[in-house]
Amino acid sequence: MEIWQIVGLALIVTIIGVVLRKIQPEIAVQLSILAGAVIFLLMFGKIKVIVDLLQNLADQANISSYYLIIVLKIVGISYLAEFGAQICRDAGEGALATKVELAAKIGVLVLAIPIIVAILESLVRLIP
Amino acid sequence: MDLNMVLRIAGIGIFVGVLVTLLNESGKREIAQLVTVAGVVLVLFTVIQGISQLFTLVKSVFQLY
Repeated sequence: MEIWQIVGLALIVTIIGVVLRKIQPEIAVQLSILAGAVIFLLMFGKIKVIVDLLQNLADQANISSYYLIIVLKIVGISYLAEFGAQICRDAGEGALATKVELAAKIGVLVLAIPIIVAILESLVRLIP
Repeated sequence: MDLNMVLRIAGIGIFVGVLVTLLNESGKREIAQLVTVAGVVLVLFTVIQGISQLFTLVKSVFQLY
């Protein structure tokens, strides 16, 4: 999906959103939610290529895929949380957006614990 | 397919908006309210389809089970 098609779609949706916001504000919010989802779906092919490349590189460098999966999960959680929080903020729900971001931070922290433990253990082993 | 989902929603939204103003002018306020709710619910079906597609894709790509 080329960038000009995406920018064109975004501009059209913004203009329609401005028109709709006057007559039907609730449908305008849903329109922006769906437009965000559609733009990600259009870019999905390229994201898949990047993720597969990461996996190949990890396999060649024989890094265990356990850590790569954690990194991918963290990227996924942060993308989804940012998607939801931004939409809540656009609709005027700032408090809800911060709650979503808080949940995402906790989720990422929980995922990162095994890596932190592994680093600390290797550090302790280094010090005689 | 995804682009016409977005444009279909825009069409529904504008159509419901015009219908509501028409109904308000002709004095039928409660029917206008009902049409607004019906429009929102109709649009919600398409939005939920789009979002579920997005979530399944993100789950499959980032292995977020």
